[in-house]
Amino acid sequence: MIRRPRMVRSQRMTIVNAMLVFVALIVILQLWLLTATMNAYLGGDTGTVVPAALGSLACLALNAGLLWYLFDLDS
Amino acid sequence: MIQKQRGGGDARALDSATTPPDGRPMAEQPKWRRDFPIDWAQDEYVSRRELVKFMVLTSAAFTAGQFWILFESVFRRPAAAAPGVAIATVDELPIGGAKTFTYPEGSTPRLLVRTGAASFVAYDQQCTHLLCPVVPAVELGRLHCPCHNGWFDLETGRPVAGPPQRPLPRVLLDVRGGSVFATGVEESTT
Repeated sequence: MIRRPRMVRSQRMTIVNAMLVFVALIVILQLWLLTATMNAYLGGDTGTVVPAALGSLACLALNAGLLWYLFDLDS
Repeated sequence: MIQKQRGGGDARALDSATTPPDGRPMAEQPKWRRDFPIDWAQDEYVSRRELVKFMVLTSAAFTAGQFWILFESVFRRPAAAAPGVAIATVDELPIGGAKTFTYPEGSTPRLLVRTGAASFVAYDQQCTHLLCPVVPAVELGRLHCPCHNGWFDLETGRPVAGPPQRPLPRVLLDVRGGSVFATGVEESTT
């Protein structure tokens, strides 16, 4: 089994910064999705609710994957 | 600090980036910094890592909000249909005439407009932009909101000009026996 060389702190720092940007973008996207869905739902349009929930779940899965990678980076 | 405890001496040997912010050797640093030598790079790394965790938690909260909306839309009990209520007589309104009423009792004002010999339409009177009362412009086939010059189609209630984006909620009508009955309200405003 090939063991991945441990990265030094400066390399990890770069990765964490990049992840922070990705996660922030996804969270902003989710915020927009939530407000748009709430607006449509309160206006009586329920057709967007299911796709929006699935989209938000996909965003969460992406964020969780990035966080898992972060834990993997530290271990 | 967490990393220091977990990683022990090995991590410190690999990560020898700890230097004071001004780059001078520790011997030249003020006494308070020598007494409390913060691991600056480690501190920045941990704070960003903690921020990522917090943002993922925020992401989970947004997803929970989306599923709450989904739950509400699936399990929301439909409002009980209000019984038909006589709101006007046919002879009461001339063609092009209008009248305000409430339906169901205690609702926001509704607007009944007679558009022909036997045709009536009724909508919520509040503009879907900023809730100003709309007034009928029957000769133009529209409803007008004078506050911000919004226009709605008289036959469908859909916005045709100005700032409003959503149609006016429509009151369902039934004309029988010389009277006009309100029988329901279309909740959908999209």
